[in-house]
Amino acid sequence: MAKIVKLISKNCGKIVPGSVEDYVKAGGYTGLRKAMKMDPQEIIEEVKKSNLMGRGGAGYPTGKKWEQAYANPRRPEYVVCNGDEGEPGTYKDRLILSQDPLRLIEGMTIAAYVFNIKEGYIYVRGEYLDLKDTINDAIKNAEEANYLGKNILGSDFSFHIQVVWGAGAYVCGENTALLESIEGKSGRPRKKPPFLTRVGLHQAPTLLQNVETYSNISYIVEHGGEKYHSYGTEYSGGTKLVCLSGNIANKGVYEIPFGTPIREIIYEIGGGIPGGRNLKFVQLGGSSGSCFKDEKLDTPMCYKALKDAGLKLGSGALLVIDDSNCVIDFLKCITEFFIHESCGKCTPCREGNTRIFELLDKLSKGIAGKEDMDRLCEISDLMKKTSFCGLGQAATTALTDCIKYMKDEFLEHIEGYCRAGVCNMSGKEKI
Amino acid sequence: MNGTHLVTKVNSIIEKYNGSQERLIQILLDLQKESGQNYLSEDCIKEVSRILDMPISKVFEVATFYSMFNREPKGKYIIEVCKSAPCHVTGSKNVSKMFEEALNIKMGETTSDNIFTLQYSSCFGGCDVSPAVKINEKIYGNLTMEKINEIIDMYRRK
Ligand SMILES: Cc1cc2nc3c(=O)[nH]c(=O)nc-3n(C[C@H](O)[C@H](O)[C@H](O)COP(=O)(O)O)c2cc1C
Ligand code: SF4
Ligand code: FES
Repeated sequence: MAKIVKLISKNCGKIVPGSVEDYVKAGGYTGLRKAMKMDPQEIIEEVKKSNLMGRGGAGYPTGKKWEQAYANPRRPEYVVCNGDEGEPGTYKDRLILSQDPLRLIEGMTIAAYVFNIKEGYIYVRGEYLDLKDTINDAIKNAEEANYLGKNILGSDFSFHIQVVWGAGAYVCGENTALLESIEGKSGRPRKKPPFLTRVGLHQAPTLLQNVETYSNISYIVEHGGEKYHSYGTEYSGGTKLVCLSGNIANKGVYEIPFGTPIREIIYEIGGGIPGGRNLKFVQLGGSSGSCFKDEKLDTPMCYKALKDAGLKLGSGALLVIDDSNCVIDFLKCITEFFIHESCGKCTPCREGNTRIFELLDKLSKGIAGKEDMDRLCEISDLMKKTSFCGLGQAATTALTDCIKYMKDEFLEHIEGYCRAGVCNMSGKEKI
Repeated sequence: MNGTHLVTKVNSIIEKYNGSQERLIQILLDLQKESGQNYLSEDCIKEVSRILDMPISKVFEVATFYSMFNREPKGKYIIEVCKSAPCHVTGSKNVSKMFEEALNIKMGETTSDNIFTLQYSSCFGGCDVSPAVKINEKIYGNLTMEKINEIIDMYRRK
Protein backbone atom coordinates (compact mmCIF):
# COMPACT_ATOMS: atom_id res chain seq x y z
CA MET A 1 0.00 0.00 0.00
CA ALA A 2 1.46 3.31 -1.05
CA LYS A 3 2.08 5.67 1.78
CA ILE A 4 2.70 9.34 2.16
CA VAL A 5 5.50 10.38 4.50
CA LYS A 6 5.72 14.00 5.52
CA LEU A 7 9.28 15.01 6.30
CA ILE A 8 9.50 18.27 4.39
CA SER A 9 5.83 18.89 3.64
CA LYS A 10 4.61 18.41 7.20
CA ASN A 11 3.97 22.11 7.82
CA CYS A 12 2.23 22.75 4.53
CA GLY A 13 -1.30 23.94 5.20
CA LYS A 14 -0.69 23.66 8.97
CA ILE A 15 1.18 26.86 9.83
CA VAL A 16 1.04 30.48 8.77
CA PRO A 17 3.59 30.52 5.94
CA GLY A 18 6.66 32.53 6.90
CA SER A 19 5.70 32.98 10.55
CA VAL A 20 8.82 32.26 12.60
CA GLU A 21 6.74 31.71 15.70
CA ASP A 22 4.65 29.00 14.02
CA TYR A 23 7.65 27.49 12.31
CA VAL A 24 9.67 27.20 15.53
CA LYS A 25 6.66 25.81 17.38
CA ALA A 26 6.48 23.09 14.72
CA GLY A 27 10.14 22.20 15.38
CA GLY A 28 11.70 24.62 12.91
CA TYR A 29 15.26 25.95 13.31
CA THR A 30 16.29 22.98 15.49
CA GLY A 31 18.46 21.96 12.51
CA LEU A 32 20.22 25.32 12.27
CA ARG A 33 20.80 25.49 16.03
CA LYS A 34 22.34 22.03 15.94
CA ALA A 35 24.38 22.80 12.79
CA MET A 36 25.94 25.86 14.40
CA LYS A 37 27.38 23.63 17.13
CA MET A 38 28.83 21.24 14.56
CA ASP A 39 32.00 21.27 12.53
CA PRO A 40 31.22 22.08 8.85
CA GLN A 41 32.80 18.83 7.72
CA GLU A 42 30.56 16.86 10.08
CA ILE A 43 27.53 18.45 8.41
CA ILE A 44 28.82 17.53 4.97
CA GLU A 45 29.31 13.98 6.26
CA GLU A 46 25.64 13.79 7.34
CA VAL A 47 24.48 15.11 3.96
CA LYS A 48 26.61 12.44 2.27
CA LYS A 49 25.13 9.72 4.49
CA SER A 50 21.60 10.89 3.68
CA ASN A 51 22.13 10.02 0.00
CA LEU A 52 20.20 13.14 -0.92
CA MET A 53 20.27 13.67 -4.68
CA GLY A 54 19.66 17.10 -6.19
CA ARG A 55 15.93 17.51 -6.70
CA GLY A 56 16.10 19.96 -9.63
CA GLY A 57 16.21 17.24 -12.24
CA ALA A 58 19.83 16.23 -12.79
CA GLY A 59 20.00 14.17 -9.58
CA TYR A 60 23.62 14.91 -8.68
CA PRO A 61 24.50 13.73 -5.13
CA THR A 62 24.29 16.79 -2.88
CA GLY A 63 26.84 15.55 -0.32
CA LYS A 64 29.38 14.95 -3.06
CA LYS A 65 28.81 18.44 -4.48
CA TRP A 66 29.36 19.97 -1.03
CA GLU A 67 32.46 17.87 -0.38
CA GLN A 68 34.01 18.91 -3.69
CA ALA A 69 33.13 22.55 -3.13
CA TYR A 70 34.66 22.40 0.36
CA ALA A 71 37.87 20.87 -0.97
CA ASN A 72 38.35 23.64 -3.54
CA PRO A 73 41.11 26.11 -2.63
CA ARG A 74 38.54 28.86 -3.13
CA ARG A 75 35.27 27.98 -1.42
CA PRO A 76 31.82 29.06 -2.63
CA GLU A 77 31.02 32.71 -2.02
CA TYR A 78 27.32 32.60 -2.89
CA VAL A 79 24.45 30.31 -1.98
CA VAL A 80 21.89 30.30 -4.79
CA CYS A 81 18.51 28.65 -4.78
CA ASN A 82 16.95 27.56 -8.06
CA GLY A 83 13.23 28.29 -7.85
CA ASP A 84 12.67 28.61 -11.58
CA GLU A 85 10.49 25.49 -11.71
CA GLY A 86 9.56 25.66 -15.38
CA GLU A 87 9.14 21.98 -16.25
CA PRO A 88 5.47 21.58 -17.23
CA GLY A 89 3.59 19.53 -14.66
CA THR A 90 5.96 20.52 -11.84
CA TYR A 91 4.66 22.65 -8.98
CA LYS A 92 6.35 21.20 -5.91
CA ASP A 93 8.73 24.11 -5.29
CA ARG A 94 5.67 26.33 -5.42
CA LEU A 95 4.24 24.29 -2.53
CA ILE A 96 7.28 24.98 -0.35
CA LEU A 97 7.67 28.62 -1.38
CA SER A 98 4.00 29.31 -0.70
CA GLN A 99 3.41 27.13 2.39
CA ASP A 100 6.71 26.77 4.22
CA PRO A 101 9.33 29.23 2.88
CA LEU A 102 11.24 29.20 6.17
CA ARG A 103 12.19 25.56 5.61
CA LEU A 104 13.98 26.62 2.44
CA ILE A 105 15.56 29.61 4.17
CA GLU A 106 16.77 27.43 7.05
CA GLY A 107 18.32 24.96 4.59
CA MET A 108 20.10 27.74 2.72
CA THR A 109 21.33 29.20 6.01
CA ILE A 110 22.83 25.86 7.03
CA ALA A 111 24.57 25.63 3.64
CA ALA A 112 25.88 29.16 4.12
CA TYR A 113 27.18 28.23 7.57
CA VAL A 114 29.07 25.22 6.18
CA PHE A 115 30.98 27.40 3.71
CA ASN A 116 30.87 30.61 5.74
CA ILE A 117 29.01 32.37 2.94
CA LYS A 118 27.59 35.84 3.48
CA GLU A 119 25.27 36.29 0.52
CA GLY A 120 22.42 34.21 -0.82
CA TYR A 121 19.94 34.53 -3.66
CA ILE A 122 16.57 32.92 -4.17
CA TYR A 123 15.72 33.03 -7.88
CA VAL A 124 12.00 32.55 -8.42
CA ARG A 125 10.19 32.38 -11.74
CA GLY A 126 8.19 35.50 -12.56
CA GLU A 127 5.05 33.40 -12.96
CA TYR A 128 5.08 33.03 -9.16
CA LEU A 129 5.02 36.79 -8.43
CA ASP A 130 1.86 36.24 -6.39
CA LEU A 131 4.21 34.77 -3.75
CA LYS A 132 6.31 37.94 -3.48
CA ASP A 133 4.90 39.09 -0.13
CA THR A 134 5.00 35.61 1.40
CA ILE A 135 8.67 35.12 0.55
CA ASN A 136 9.73 38.66 1.47
CA ASP A 137 7.86 38.44 4.79
CA ALA A 138 9.50 35.13 5.61
CA ILE A 139 12.95 36.67 5.08
CA LYS A 140 12.06 39.75 7.12
CA ASN A 141 10.63 37.64 9.95
CA ALA A 142 13.69 35.40 10.04
CA GLU A 143 15.92 38.49 10.20
CA GLU A 144 13.90 40.02 13.02
CA ALA A 145 14.13 36.79 14.99
CA ASN A 146 17.90 36.73 14.36
CA TYR A 147 17.83 33.46 12.42
CA LEU A 148 19.05 35.39 9.39
CA GLY A 149 21.02 38.57 8.81
CA LYS A 150 23.76 39.96 11.00
CA ASN A 151 25.33 37.81 13.74
CA ILE A 152 22.90 34.95 13.51
CA LEU A 153 21.87 33.66 16.97
CA GLY A 154 24.50 35.89 18.51
CA SER A 155 27.40 34.26 16.66
CA ASP A 156 29.84 35.93 14.29
CA PHE A 157 28.16 34.22 11.33
CA SER A 158 26.16 36.62 9.13
CA PHE A 159 24.09 35.69 6.11
CA HIS A 160 21.73 37.76 3.94
CA ILE A 161 19.24 36.58 1.34
CA GLN A 162 17.94 38.51 -1.66
CA VAL A 163 15.05 37.45 -3.86
CA VAL A 164 15.46 37.79 -7.62
CA TRP A 165 12.51 37.38 -9.97
CA GLY A 166 12.65 35.79 -13.39
CA ALA A 167 10.51 37.16 -16.19
CA GLY A 168 9.38 34.10 -18.09
CA ALA A 169 12.06 31.83 -19.57
CA TYR A 170 12.22 28.09 -18.97
CA VAL A 171 15.89 27.97 -19.94
CA CYS A 172 16.74 30.10 -16.87
CA GLY A 173 16.29 26.92 -14.81
CA GLU A 174 19.55 25.72 -16.34
CA ASN A 175 22.03 26.66 -13.65
CA THR A 176 24.41 28.85 -15.68
CA ALA A 177 21.55 30.60 -17.49
CA LEU A 178 20.06 31.29 -14.07
CA LEU A 179 23.25 33.06 -12.96
CA GLU A 180 23.22 35.18 -16.13
CA SER A 181 19.66 36.13 -15.25
CA ILE A 182 20.58 37.06 -11.66
CA GLU A 183 23.24 39.31 -13.17
CA GLY A 184 20.43 41.07 -15.04
CA LYS A 185 21.14 39.65 -18.48
CA SER A 186 19.31 37.42 -20.95
CA GLY A 187 19.31 33.86 -19.68
CA ARG A 188 21.55 32.12 -22.17
CA PRO A 189 23.57 29.17 -20.84
CA ARG A 190 27.31 29.45 -20.31
CA LYS A 191 29.86 26.89 -21.39
CA LYS A 192 30.53 24.14 -18.83
CA PRO A 193 33.11 23.35 -17.53
CA PRO A 194 34.05 25.36 -15.56
CA PHE A 195 31.33 24.21 -13.20
CA LEU A 196 29.59 26.58 -10.81
CA THR A 197 31.50 25.47 -7.75
CA ARG A 198 34.59 26.93 -9.49
CA VAL A 199 33.21 29.79 -11.58
CA GLY A 200 29.69 30.91 -10.80
CA LEU A 201 27.90 34.13 -9.92
CA HIS A 202 30.10 37.20 -10.59
CA GLN A 203 32.80 34.72 -11.59
CA ALA A 204 33.07 33.49 -7.99
CA PRO A 205 32.57 29.88 -6.82
CA THR A 206 28.87 29.32 -6.18
CA LEU A 207 26.73 26.67 -4.53
CA LEU A 208 23.44 26.23 -6.36
CA GLN A 209 20.64 23.82 -5.45
CA ASN A 210 16.97 23.37 -6.06
CA VAL A 211 14.28 24.56 -3.59
CA GLU A 212 13.38 21.01 -2.57
CA THR A 213 17.04 20.04 -2.12
CA TYR A 214 17.70 22.84 0.41
CA SER A 215 14.41 22.09 2.12
CA ASN A 216 15.68 18.64 3.10
CA ILE A 217 18.83 19.91 4.81
CA SER A 218 17.38 20.89 8.20
CA TYR A 219 15.75 17.48 8.61
CA ILE A 220 19.04 15.75 7.74
CA VAL A 221 21.05 17.81 10.21
CA GLU A 222 18.45 17.47 12.97
CA HIS A 223 17.82 13.72 12.66
CA GLY A 224 21.03 12.57 11.02
CA GLY A 225 21.77 11.45 7.50
CA GLU A 226 21.16 7.78 8.24
CA LYS A 227 17.68 8.36 9.56
CA TYR A 228 16.80 10.36 6.45
CA HIS A 229 18.31 7.73 4.18
CA SER A 230 16.31 4.97 5.88
CA TYR A 231 13.03 6.27 4.46
CA GLY A 232 14.19 5.60 0.92
CA THR A 233 16.12 2.90 -0.87
CA GLU A 234 19.79 1.97 -0.93
CA TYR A 235 20.49 4.32 -3.84
CA SER A 236 17.96 7.06 -3.19
CA GLY A 237 17.76 8.58 0.26
CA GLY A 238 14.62 9.90 1.87
CA THR A 239 11.48 11.17 0.24
CA LYS A 240 10.46 12.93 -2.95
CA LEU A 241 7.74 15.44 -3.69
CA VAL A 242 5.89 14.11 -6.72
CA CYS A 243 3.40 16.16 -8.71
CA LEU A 244 0.45 14.36 -10.26
CA SER A 245 -1.19 15.96 -13.28
CA GLY A 246 -3.13 15.19 -16.44
CA ASN A 247 -5.90 12.58 -16.65
CA ILE A 248 -5.79 11.53 -13.01
CA ALA A 249 -8.39 11.85 -10.27
CA ASN A 250 -6.33 13.36 -7.42
CA LYS A 251 -4.02 15.93 -8.93
CA GLY A 252 -1.62 17.41 -6.41
CA VAL A 253 1.78 17.29 -4.72
CA TYR A 254 2.49 14.26 -2.52
CA GLU A 255 5.59 13.38 -0.51
CA ILE A 256 6.41 9.71 -1.03
CA PRO A 257 9.31 7.58 0.23
CA PHE A 258 11.69 6.46 -2.50
CA GLY A 259 10.97 2.90 -3.54
CA THR A 260 7.22 3.37 -4.08
CA PRO A 261 6.18 1.79 -7.40
CA ILE A 262 4.81 4.25 -9.97
CA ARG A 263 1.63 2.15 -10.30
CA GLU A 264 0.81 2.65 -6.62
CA ILE A 265 1.37 6.39 -6.90
CA ILE A 266 -0.99 6.66 -9.86
CA TYR A 267 -3.73 4.30 -8.73
CA GLU A 268 -3.66 4.49 -4.94
CA ILE A 269 -2.53 8.03 -4.19
CA GLY A 270 -3.70 9.49 -7.47
CA GLY A 271 -6.98 7.60 -7.53
CA GLY A 272 -6.48 6.36 -11.09
CA ILE A 273 -7.95 7.63 -14.32
CA PRO A 274 -11.36 9.31 -14.22
CA GLY A 275 -14.21 9.07 -16.68
CA GLY A 276 -13.95 5.34 -17.36
CA ARG A 277 -10.94 5.94 -19.60
CA ASN A 278 -7.85 3.77 -19.89
CA LEU A 279 -4.22 4.66 -19.40
CA LYS A 280 -2.41 5.38 -22.63
CA PHE A 281 1.03 6.38 -21.34
CA VAL A 282 2.83 8.29 -18.64
CA GLN A 283 5.44 11.03 -18.87
CA LEU A 284 7.86 11.30 -15.98
CA GLY A 285 9.89 14.40 -15.15
CA GLY A 286 8.15 17.10 -17.16
CA SER A 287 8.13 17.85 -20.87
CA SER A 288 11.80 16.89 -21.19
CA GLY A 289 11.09 13.56 -19.48
CA SER A 290 10.61 9.99 -20.67
CA CYS A 291 7.32 8.45 -21.81
CA PHE A 292 6.36 4.84 -21.12
CA LYS A 293 3.40 2.51 -21.07
CA ASP A 294 1.85 0.09 -18.60
CA GLU A 295 4.77 -2.40 -18.79
CA LYS A 296 7.01 -0.07 -16.78
CA LEU A 297 4.49 1.02 -14.16
CA ASP A 298 5.84 -1.37 -11.56
CA THR A 299 9.22 0.38 -11.57
CA PRO A 300 9.88 1.79 -8.11
CA MET A 301 10.60 5.51 -7.74
CA CYS A 302 14.33 5.27 -7.16
CA TYR A 303 17.13 6.83 -9.20
CA LYS A 304 18.79 3.46 -9.83
CA ALA A 305 15.68 1.38 -10.60
CA LEU A 306 14.44 4.07 -12.97
CA LYS A 307 17.80 4.25 -14.68
CA ASP A 308 17.83 0.47 -15.12
CA ALA A 309 14.40 0.76 -16.75
CA GLY A 310 15.69 3.47 -19.10
CA LEU A 311 13.82 6.25 -17.30
CA LYS A 312 14.79 9.38 -15.41
CA LEU A 313 13.09 10.89 -12.40
CA GLY A 314 13.69 14.47 -13.53
CA SER A 315 11.69 16.96 -11.49
CA GLY A 316 9.35 14.27 -10.15
CA ALA A 317 6.35 15.29 -12.25
CA LEU A 318 4.04 12.42 -13.22
CA LEU A 319 1.79 13.25 -16.15
CA VAL A 320 -0.92 10.70 -16.88
CA ILE A 321 -2.33 10.57 -20.40
CA ASP A 322 -5.53 8.63 -21.18
CA ASP A 323 -6.65 7.01 -24.42
CA SER A 324 -8.72 9.98 -25.54
CA ASN A 325 -5.43 11.60 -26.53
CA CYS A 326 -3.37 11.16 -29.68
CA VAL A 327 0.37 10.64 -29.37
CA ILE A 328 1.20 12.82 -32.39
CA ASP A 329 -0.98 15.65 -31.10
CA PHE A 330 0.69 15.30 -27.68
CA LEU A 331 4.17 15.49 -29.21
CA LYS A 332 3.19 18.58 -31.20
CA CYS A 333 2.23 20.22 -27.91
CA ILE A 334 5.58 19.26 -26.33
CA THR A 335 7.53 20.49 -29.35
CA GLU A 336 5.70 23.83 -29.41
CA PHE A 337 6.83 24.28 -25.82
CA PHE A 338 10.48 23.76 -26.74
CA ILE A 339 10.23 26.00 -29.82
CA HIS A 340 8.91 28.72 -27.55
CA GLU A 341 11.53 28.14 -24.84
CA SER A 342 14.66 27.57 -26.94
CA CYS A 343 17.03 30.48 -26.25
CA GLY A 344 18.31 30.43 -29.83
CA LYS A 345 21.98 30.32 -28.94
CA CYS A 346 22.75 27.12 -30.84
CA THR A 347 21.50 25.87 -34.21
CA PRO A 348 20.53 22.24 -33.43
CA CYS A 349 17.97 23.34 -30.84
CA ARG A 350 16.82 26.57 -32.49
CA GLU A 351 16.22 24.90 -35.87
CA GLY A 352 15.71 21.30 -34.82
CA ASN A 353 12.58 21.85 -32.76
CA THR A 354 10.93 23.75 -35.60
CA ARG A 355 11.78 21.06 -38.15
CA ILE A 356 10.43 18.39 -35.81
CA PHE A 357 7.20 20.30 -35.42
CA GLU A 358 6.79 20.49 -39.21
CA LEU A 359 7.23 16.73 -39.53
CA LEU A 360 4.76 16.03 -36.72
CA ASP A 361 2.32 18.42 -38.34
CA LYS A 362 2.60 16.45 -41.58
CA LEU A 363 1.83 13.28 -39.64
CA SER A 364 -1.22 14.86 -38.03
CA LYS A 365 -2.50 15.93 -41.44
CA GLY A 366 -2.07 12.49 -42.89
CA ILE A 367 0.47 13.60 -45.50
CA ALA A 368 3.68 12.16 -44.01
CA GLY A 369 5.59 9.27 -45.50
CA LYS A 370 7.92 6.63 -44.01
CA GLU A 371 10.93 8.79 -44.89
CA ASP A 372 9.57 11.48 -42.54
CA MET A 373 9.84 9.05 -39.64
CA ASP A 374 13.51 8.56 -40.49
CA ARG A 375 13.99 12.33 -40.62
CA LEU A 376 12.40 12.66 -37.18
CA CYS A 377 14.86 10.14 -35.74
CA GLU A 378 17.84 11.75 -37.48
CA ILE A 379 17.08 15.28 -36.30
CA SER A 380 16.33 14.10 -32.79
CA ASP A 381 19.60 12.20 -32.64
CA LEU A 382 21.51 15.24 -33.90
CA MET A 383 19.88 17.48 -31.30
CA LYS A 384 20.74 15.08 -28.47
CA LYS A 385 24.37 14.90 -29.53
CA THR A 386 25.11 18.48 -30.52
CA SER A 387 22.88 20.88 -28.58
CA PHE A 388 24.75 23.32 -26.37
CA CYS A 389 22.70 22.80 -23.21
CA GLY A 390 20.34 20.35 -21.56
CA LEU A 391 17.26 21.96 -23.09
CA GLY A 392 18.08 20.96 -26.65
CA GLN A 393 19.62 17.68 -25.55
CA ALA A 394 16.44 16.58 -23.77
CA ALA A 395 13.80 18.23 -25.97
CA THR A 396 13.21 15.05 -27.97
CA THR A 397 13.26 12.52 -25.12
CA ALA A 398 9.47 12.13 -25.36
CA LEU A 399 9.60 11.83 -29.14
CA THR A 400 12.21 9.05 -29.06
CA ASP A 401 10.27 7.13 -26.40
CA CYS A 402 6.95 7.50 -28.19
CA ILE A 403 8.44 6.25 -31.46
CA LYS A 404 9.86 3.31 -29.52
CA TYR A 405 6.68 2.34 -27.68
CA MET A 406 3.93 3.57 -29.97
CA LYS A 407 5.36 3.14 -33.45
CA ASP A 408 2.14 1.54 -34.69
CA GLU A 409 0.33 4.84 -34.10
CA PHE A 410 2.89 6.75 -36.16
CA LEU A 411 2.43 4.24 -38.97
CA GLU A 412 -1.34 4.58 -38.72
CA HIS A 413 -0.98 8.33 -39.23
CA ILE A 414 1.08 7.68 -42.35
CA GLU A 415 -1.84 5.57 -43.53
CA GLY A 416 -4.16 8.49 -42.77
CA TYR A 417 -5.77 7.16 -39.61
CA CYS A 418 -5.81 8.65 -36.08
CA ARG A 419 -7.17 6.11 -33.60
CA ALA A 420 -8.07 8.75 -31.03
CA GLY A 421 -9.88 10.79 -33.65
CA VAL A 422 -7.94 13.91 -32.64
CA CYS A 423 -6.03 14.61 -35.85
CA ASN A 424 -8.28 15.80 -38.63
CA MET A 425 -6.15 14.43 -41.49
CA SER A 426 -7.26 17.41 -43.57
CA GLY A 427 -4.24 17.15 -45.85
CA LYS A 428 -5.16 13.65 -46.92
CA GLU A 429 -8.41 14.73 -48.52
CA LYS A 430 -6.73 17.44 -50.53
CA ILE A 431 -4.38 15.00 -52.24
CA MET B 1 2.63 58.21 -19.30
CA ASN B 2 3.74 61.65 -20.55
CA GLY B 3 7.38 62.70 -20.85
CA THR B 4 8.18 64.19 -17.44
CA HIS B 5 5.96 61.72 -15.69
CA LEU B 6 7.85 58.88 -17.35
CA VAL B 7 11.26 60.27 -16.35
CA THR B 8 10.17 60.60 -12.71
CA LYS B 9 8.74 57.13 -12.66
CA VAL B 10 11.78 55.49 -14.24
CA ASN B 11 14.05 57.44 -11.91
CA SER B 12 12.21 56.44 -8.78
CA ILE B 13 12.12 52.76 -9.68
CA ILE B 14 15.79 52.68 -10.63
CA GLU B 15 16.61 54.43 -7.38
CA LYS B 16 14.78 51.71 -5.48
CA TYR B 17 17.32 49.28 -6.96
CA ASN B 18 20.27 51.58 -6.20
CA GLY B 19 20.83 52.31 -9.87
CA SER B 20 22.27 48.85 -10.32
CA GLN B 21 22.52 47.58 -13.91
CA GLU B 22 22.38 44.11 -12.49
CA ARG B 23 18.79 44.69 -11.38
CA LEU B 24 17.61 45.47 -14.91
CA ILE B 25 15.06 42.63 -15.02
CA GLN B 26 13.53 43.66 -11.70
CA ILE B 27 13.41 47.30 -12.85
CA LEU B 28 11.63 46.38 -16.10
CA LEU B 29 9.16 44.14 -14.22
CA ASP B 30 8.22 47.03 -11.93
CA LEU B 31 7.97 49.51 -14.81
CA GLN B 32 5.74 47.22 -16.82
CA LYS B 33 3.47 46.70 -13.84
CA GLU B 34 3.15 50.44 -13.30
CA SER B 35 2.62 51.25 -16.99
CA GLY B 36 -1.11 50.63 -16.63
CA GLN B 37 -1.07 48.94 -20.02
CA ASN B 38 1.14 46.00 -19.12
CA TYR B 39 3.95 46.89 -21.51
CA LEU B 40 7.31 48.59 -21.94
CA SER B 41 7.15 51.45 -24.41
CA GLU B 42 10.11 52.42 -26.55
CA ASP B 43 10.41 55.70 -24.65
CA CYS B 44 10.47 53.82 -21.39
CA ILE B 45 13.25 51.51 -22.58
CA LYS B 46 15.28 54.47 -23.86
CA GLU B 47 14.87 56.22 -20.54
CA VAL B 48 16.05 53.14 -18.64
CA SER B 49 19.09 52.84 -20.86
CA ARG B 50 19.93 56.52 -20.35
CA ILE B 51 19.58 56.51 -16.58
CA LEU B 52 21.33 53.17 -16.09
CA ASP B 53 23.97 54.25 -18.61
CA MET B 54 23.66 51.06 -20.63
CA PRO B 55 23.49 50.67 -24.43
CA ILE B 56 19.88 50.68 -25.67
CA SER B 57 20.53 47.38 -27.45
CA LYS B 58 21.36 45.71 -24.12
CA VAL B 59 18.10 46.85 -22.55
CA PHE B 60 16.14 45.81 -25.64
CA GLU B 61 17.82 42.42 -25.60
CA VAL B 62 16.55 41.73 -22.09
CA ALA B 63 13.12 43.22 -22.80
CA THR B 64 12.66 40.89 -25.76
CA PHE B 65 14.28 37.75 -24.33
CA TYR B 66 11.83 37.19 -21.48
CA SER B 67 8.28 36.25 -22.39
CA MET B 68 6.66 38.25 -19.59
CA PHE B 69 7.80 41.54 -21.10
CA ASN B 70 5.40 43.01 -23.65
CA ARG B 71 6.48 45.44 -26.31
CA GLU B 72 2.91 46.39 -27.28
CA PRO B 73 0.16 47.77 -25.05
CA LYS B 74 -2.03 45.06 -23.55
CA GLY B 75 -5.29 44.99 -21.69
CA LYS B 76 -5.44 45.87 -18.00
CA TYR B 77 -5.84 42.17 -17.29
CA ILE B 78 -3.93 39.57 -19.26
CA ILE B 79 -5.74 36.27 -19.40
CA GLU B 80 -3.22 33.55 -20.09
CA VAL B 81 -4.45 30.13 -21.11
CA CYS B 82 -1.85 27.47 -20.40
CA LYS B 83 -1.12 25.26 -23.34
CA SER B 84 1.58 23.01 -21.88
CA ALA B 85 1.07 19.25 -21.93
CA PRO B 86 -0.74 18.68 -18.57
CA CYS B 87 -3.32 21.34 -19.42
CA HIS B 88 -3.45 20.24 -23.05
CA VAL B 89 -4.45 16.66 -22.22
CA THR B 90 -7.15 17.88 -19.86
CA GLY B 91 -8.81 20.13 -22.42
CA SER B 92 -7.10 23.54 -22.58
CA LYS B 93 -8.31 23.91 -26.18
CA ASN B 94 -11.89 24.09 -24.90
CA VAL B 95 -10.93 26.72 -22.37
CA SER B 96 -9.39 28.90 -25.10
CA LYS B 97 -12.59 28.55 -27.11
CA MET B 98 -14.79 29.42 -24.14
CA PHE B 99 -12.80 32.57 -23.39
CA GLU B 100 -12.84 33.56 -27.05
CA GLU B 101 -16.59 33.20 -27.00
CA ALA B 102 -17.12 34.97 -23.68
CA LEU B 103 -14.93 37.95 -24.65
CA ASN B 104 -15.77 37.91 -28.33
CA ILE B 105 -12.09 38.13 -29.35
CA LYS B 106 -9.52 35.65 -30.68
CA MET B 107 -6.44 34.38 -28.89
CA GLY B 108 -3.77 37.10 -28.99
CA GLU B 109 -6.27 39.94 -29.15
CA THR B 110 -7.35 42.66 -26.71
CA THR B 111 -10.97 43.68 -26.06
CA SER B 112 -11.96 47.05 -27.52
CA ASP B 113 -12.35 48.54 -24.04
CA ASN B 114 -8.70 47.55 -23.32
CA ILE B 115 -9.70 45.59 -20.23
CA PHE B 116 -8.68 42.09 -21.32
CA THR B 117 -5.98 40.54 -23.46
CA LEU B 118 -6.33 36.85 -24.22
CA GLN B 119 -3.15 34.89 -24.91
CA TYR B 120 -1.40 31.55 -24.55
CA SER B 121 1.23 30.75 -21.95
CA SER B 122 3.57 27.92 -21.00
CA CYS B 123 2.95 26.09 -17.71
CA PHE B 124 2.73 28.43 -14.71
CA GLY B 125 2.37 25.77 -12.03
CA GLY B 126 -1.42 25.56 -11.89
CA CYS B 127 -1.39 21.98 -13.18
CA ASP B 128 -3.32 20.71 -10.14
CA VAL B 129 -6.41 22.61 -11.33
CA SER B 130 -5.85 22.03 -15.06
CA PRO B 131 -6.87 23.22 -17.53
CA ALA B 132 -5.70 26.42 -15.88
CA VAL B 133 -5.61 30.10 -16.71
CA LYS B 134 -3.74 32.95 -15.06
CA ILE B 135 -5.23 36.43 -14.89
CA ASN B 136 -2.38 38.81 -14.10
CA GLU B 137 -0.96 37.05 -11.02
CA LYS B 138 -3.90 34.87 -10.00
CA ILE B 139 -4.52 31.28 -11.10
CA TYR B 140 -8.00 29.90 -11.91
CA GLY B 141 -8.84 26.31 -12.74
CA ASN B 142 -11.51 23.66 -13.17
CA LEU B 143 -13.34 26.06 -15.47
CA THR B 144 -16.82 25.87 -16.95
CA MET B 145 -18.53 28.42 -19.20
CA GLU B 146 -20.57 29.59 -16.21
CA LYS B 147 -17.49 30.10 -14.07
CA ILE B 148 -15.67 31.91 -16.88
CA ASN B 149 -18.52 34.39 -17.25
CA GLU B 150 -18.53 34.99 -13.50
CA ILE B 151 -14.78 35.63 -13.45
CA ILE B 152 -14.97 38.04 -16.38
CA ASP B 153 -17.85 39.94 -14.75
CA MET B 154 -15.89 40.19 -11.53
CA TYR B 155 -12.87 41.73 -13.28
CA ARG B 156 -15.08 44.08 -15.29
CA ARG B 157 -16.58 45.40 -12.05
CA LYS B 158 -13.14 45.94 -10.44
C1 LIG C 1 16.77 23.43 -19.55
C2 LIG C 1 16.97 23.14 -18.09
C3 LIG C 1 16.02 23.59 -17.19
C4 LIG C 1 16.18 23.36 -15.83
N1 LIG C 1 15.23 23.82 -14.98
C5 LIG C 1 15.41 23.67 -13.64
C6 LIG C 1 14.48 24.20 -12.72
O1 LIG C 1 13.47 24.81 -13.11
N2 LIG C 1 14.71 24.05 -11.40
C7 LIG C 1 15.81 23.40 -10.93
O2 LIG C 1 16.01 23.30 -9.73
N3 LIG C 1 16.70 22.86 -11.78
C8 LIG C 1 16.54 22.99 -13.12
N4 LIG C 1 17.49 22.47 -13.97
C9 LIG C 1 18.67 21.78 -13.40
C10 LIG C 1 19.72 22.79 -12.95
O3 LIG C 1 20.56 23.09 -14.05
C11 LIG C 1 20.60 22.27 -11.83
O4 LIG C 1 21.07 21.01 -12.16
C12 LIG C 1 19.91 22.16 -10.49
O5 LIG C 1 19.22 23.33 -10.17
C13 LIG C 1 20.93 21.88 -9.41
O6 LIG C 1 20.31 21.75 -8.15
P1 LIG C 1 20.08 20.34 -7.45
O7 LIG C 1 21.38 19.59 -7.50
O8 LIG C 1 19.67 20.67 -6.08
O9 LIG C 1 19.02 19.65 -8.23
C14 LIG C 1 17.32 22.67 -15.36
C15 LIG C 1 18.26 22.20 -16.28
C16 LIG C 1 18.10 22.44 -17.62
C17 LIG C 1 19.13 21.93 -18.56
S1 SF4 D 1 20.20 23.89 -26.52
FE1 SF4 D 1 21.10 25.75 -27.43
S2 SF4 D 1 19.41 27.01 -28.22
FE2 SF4 D 1 18.54 25.38 -26.92
S3 SF4 D 1 18.30 26.43 -24.96
FE3 SF4 D 1 20.28 25.38 -24.88
S4 SF4 D 1 21.78 26.86 -25.61
FE4 SF4 D 1 19.74 27.67 -26.13
S1 FES E 1 0.56 22.60 -17.41
FE1 FES E 1 -0.88 24.19 -17.35
S2 FES E 1 -0.41 25.16 -15.50
FE2 FES E 1 1.03 23.58 -15.57
